Amino acid sequence: MCLAIPGRIVEFVAGEPHLAVVEVAKVRRRVNIDLLREDGLAIDDWVLIHVGFAMSKIGVAEADEQMRLLAMLGEDQQAMDELIGYRFE
Amino acid sequence: MKFVDEFRDPKLIRQAAQEIQRLAKKDRHYRFMEVCGGHTHAIYRFALQDVLPENIELVHGPGCPVCVLPMGRVDDGLSLANDRNVILTAFGDMMRVPGRTGSPLEHKARGADIRMVYSPLDALKLARENPSREVVFFAIGFETTAPSTALTLRTAKQMGLKNFSVFCNHVTIIPAIRAILDSPDMRVEAFIGPGHVSTVIGCRAYEFICRDYGKPLVTSGFEPLDVLQSIVMILRQLDEGTARVENQYARVVPWEGNRPALKAMAEVFELRPFFEWRGLGFISQSALRIRDTYAEFDAERRFSMPGIRVTDPKAAQCGEVLKGVLKPHQCKLFGRECTPEHPVGALMVSSEGACAAYFNYAMRKSDAVAV
Repeated sequence: MCLAIPGRIVEFVAGEPHLAVVEVAKVRRRVNIDLLREDGLAIDDWVLIHVGFAMSKIGVAEADEQMRLLAMLGEDQQAMDELIGYRFE
Repeated sequence: MKFVDEFRDPKLIRQAAQEIQRLAKKDRHYRFMEVCGGHTHAIYRFALQDVLPENIELVHGPGCPVCVLPMGRVDDGLSLANDRNVILTAFGDMMRVPGRTGSPLEHKARGADIRMVYSPLDALKLARENPSREVVFFAIGFETTAPSTALTLRTAKQMGLKNFSVFCNHVTIIPAIRAILDSPDMRVEAFIGPGHVSTVIGCRAYEFICRDYGKPLVTSGFEPLDVLQSIVMILRQLDEGTARVENQYARVVPWEGNRPALKAMAEVFELRPFFEWRGLGFISQSALRIRDTYAEFDAERRFSMPGIRVTDPKAAQCGEVLKGVLKPHQCKLFGRECTPEHPVGALMVSSEGACAAYFNYAMRKSDAVAV
């Protein structure tokens, strides 16, 4: 639970300002972006996601690093399962 | 040695390890606590203890949410699922945590309606889809997950949902660190501070550790280089005779934390006067409960729960391991009665628990970071 999933913002959801679509390893899911509303998020920004919520804005290098770390800790599949498992729309 | 080459900067890893060797005084024994369970996992995974000189000991802290939850709270949550009208939802980490009469997964196998969710928002969706049922979310976690629960409750209130509530077990890291500092059998020289918790609470929250207790804290990233650099930063402070908060993980952790997250938590939660932690006992103002303004969403007010304190199985020594008094393999049950497949204690359940991490990695020295 301590480790976060890096995702790239690919779409903002019209009429739902608290939601954005992120892409992680070609999988797209909606996440809540309320906690980063002061960060001025834009398309192609990278964020760290925790339990369906974007928690921090990060750079592309940090996103790569986080993905590699998840893989090395053997948690990459678990992270993808989590992302695929988000069911809120 | 396999992993060192997969990392960005094997040369920097070697340099950091050499710098640690140089800075660590031969006639001193150092005990540094990594507070966060994610760090514990990484430290075992990369066998970082083997890279360090023998007189630097890493002590595993209380930062694994399922590990510190006392069994009585697990039982309380499970008691809700006995009500046939209730759908109990929980994170995957929670599903295998043993209660007195089995884990949530075992209760589910016996017919209780317990469902794993990946986000509190998934639980909220279940409530909307099942208006005739009561949906309860078994909330656990430190400040990394508490804001998500807070925002979910705010959304539930805005929607006027009548069948959704939260069994709140969120805990806060600062009082736990203070309890460790005040504990007579704890001797820790410095702290490797949590990474993602700090993205929410920032670094300022740790300043009392340096000011009042004279101990350095360095918030750290999770890669081997991060952890080693954090140890270098700690040793330099000890060498200079200073104690301050430093941020090794500044590429992710803002010094001031995340304001909207702190605001959402303050709006929905207040501190409990005290809360029991497995291994650490009762710690005052160390956990969150739901404020009166959100009372209708508080499962503890909505349902009656046994609220009975349950002592851990006698032979399990989770408490001693959590306090760093025993190493995981020194527990009598370790690797025999208690394994990741059949956990007796919570530290064997989560990958962030010291026992599971030790079980999975400690014997595989060939995977170590080479220096």
